[in-house]
Amino acid sequence: MDNFVNSLGIILFATLVYATPLLYAAMGSCFSEVSGVVNIGIEGMMTAGAFAGTVIAYFTGNPWIGFICGGLAGAFFGMLHAVATVNLGADQTIAGTAINMLGPGVVIMIARVLFNSTDTVPLTASQKIPKLFPGMFDTSTVFGRFMDNVFATYASTYIVFAVVILVWFVFYKTRFGLRLRACGEHPKACETLGINVIAMRFWCVVISGFLSGLGGACVTMTISTQFRPISIVGQGFIAIAAVIFGKFKPQGALIGCLLFGFCSGLKVVLGGSSGIDMQLISMIPYVVTVIVLVLFVGKSSVPAASGKPYIKSK
Amino acid sequence: MDNKKTVMQIISENRFMHILISVALGFVVGALFLVVMGLSVGDAYGRLLSSVTTLKGVSYVIVYAIPYIMTGLSVAFAFKTGVFNIGAEGQFVMGSMSACVVGILLGDLPKIILIPLCFLVAMAAGALWGIVVGLLKTKRGINEVLSMIMFNWIAFYLSNYIAGIPAIHSDGTAEATKNIADNASTLLPADMIKSLGLCPTANWGILVAIVAMLIVWFIIDKTTLGYKLKAVGANKFAAEYGGINVNGSILTALAISGALAGLGGALQLMGMGSRISVFSSQEGFGFAGIVVALMGCSNPFGVLAAGLFYGALTYGGSKLNLEGVPTQLISVIVGTVVFFIAISVIFERLKYAKKAPKKVKEGKENK
Repeated sequence: MDNFVNSLGIILFATLVYATPLLYAAMGSCFSEVSGVVNIGIEGMMTAGAFAGTVIAYFTGNPWIGFICGGLAGAFFGMLHAVATVNLGADQTIAGTAINMLGPGVVIMIARVLFNSTDTVPLTASQKIPKLFPGMFDTSTVFGRFMDNVFATYASTYIVFAVVILVWFVFYKTRFGLRLRACGEHPKACETLGINVIAMRFWCVVISGFLSGLGGACVTMTISTQFRPISIVGQGFIAIAAVIFGKFKPQGALIGCLLFGFCSGLKVVLGGSSGIDMQLISMIPYVVTVIVLVLFVGKSSVPAASGKPYIKSK
Repeated sequence: MDNKKTVMQIISENRFMHILISVALGFVVGALFLVVMGLSVGDAYGRLLSSVTTLKGVSYVIVYAIPYIMTGLSVAFAFKTGVFNIGAEGQFVMGSMSACVVGILLGDLPKIILIPLCFLVAMAAGALWGIVVGLLKTKRGINEVLSMIMFNWIAFYLSNYIAGIPAIHSDGTAEATKNIADNASTLLPADMIKSLGLCPTANWGILVAIVAMLIVWFIIDKTTLGYKLKAVGANKFAAEYGGINVNGSILTALAISGALAGLGGALQLMGMGSRISVFSSQEGFGFAGIVVALMGCSNPFGVLAAGLFYGALTYGGSKLNLEGVPTQLISVIVGTVVFFIAISVIFERLKYAKKAPKKVKEGKENK
């Protein structure tokens, strides 16, 4: 029993650590996709955020300035994507692919200039995003260790859950959210009602970049303390997958991200103890997702105008 | 309208010109980065050019380009049917791993049987990866982008798992498979490579890639199947109304697309790799295929050219370190090229905008 509680604590800790960056990026992806712009460049925006966050935290010594700058770096690439797709009517997939090349390309070049290496200097403990409630639980008892694992976690994790609730609230309880969703379903109808579709989509894509950047910064400023070219490998695409999985709803994407996080947590525990091949265990999250899709989720409902450039009629 | 076209008109109406200008702008942006970083543009671009203009360099470029051409064809083919094949990565990995298994286990077969067998098995494995995604889409309505991302990772770990099986795993300490049998290799004869001064991995895979390109061109442009696939890509509702089996077309397109990527994996393995390492991160041949397909406007001949261009940049880029220039300069250049290709639609919109008011006027006059 004690063993089980212990393992569960470790699994949940890993779940939260792995799911946090995914959640930021997934909320970003929600904003963009729901407003009707496919953003496949999340990966590149996360890479930019991961680099900027770490570097600024390193030079200023303040993790929060770094964290925000990570978001701003993501927002910069979000703005590039927005200008191309929303203002100029470019193909969203092509522009997103470009962002995925530009993001890592640009930041790794800068890393080479600043550090003469593709890796940044590891952050010290005070430059990392801090943990909340450290030492609040008595780790000498099994229960205390469990609580310490689950709740004494990084502040960024607490923030992201607040962000999820906020995004849900904005989407479904505010006028802005209603307009945003309408832009993704029927932009022409929106325009006739006097909503500025171009501006709505533009800012949604920028927000999407900002949140993705925060997600990237989480990766390199919590468990790992250093930006490396392999810091962001596929998390952006997994976040997009989680959003499609969750049918483009923030609450659905939350479940998707937690599912991925949980399976990865399982991997940490199983990998150490069982005799099963590590590679097969690593496959679990993806196989489980496919099975869940086939059995429970089924048809995904993409926003009707998603992927189509909106050209204002005069 | 006047028959003589202005320069602006030629630029705005010609898709090929868009690409050329985008490529030029890519190099301009790359140069700006170099200047800002305080590096010499001349040295960097000089090294890029000099490394790909020798005979040895050209042979390297061709060898590098083979997998890019194949995944580019794969992505381009699926694009024609309106499917975004982000899964070429996984299909490529499946192809290379199954060719590797056959090349190791059946290494005693004669070359003339073993090589086509490896190709076929790799194509089948890639096609299988495409068909599964297609079935999930057509039978269960599951978004193909989502399942392709999943299947990319499943292929990734499956390949790593297979590389660890004792019968396949290297006898030495390397975290890789055994080398495939010499009979499964597509390398040119060693003395030929030496006498011509080609790169050590020079192989005749490019011929297969060119044949594949011609077949793709033929299917798309000259057959009923190609017509059906393009119709589905253009408007699947109209296609269905016209009596075309939409689901069947999507499955066919994904199968062919997967087979192309799988064959690419086999060509890469049998020519350049000769064994598969345990991956630590995705190798990105499939993602490069997306870029190549976009630069080639999803046209088979365009893909060939774009694949060679990308191969040249990748090989040349690997030499940039000699000038103290980060290899990532290539990502910046290519990313910029793709970005400008994306926004080149503005030219078509301008054209449309110029014509549109006239139509309105005519309409008014009719009233």
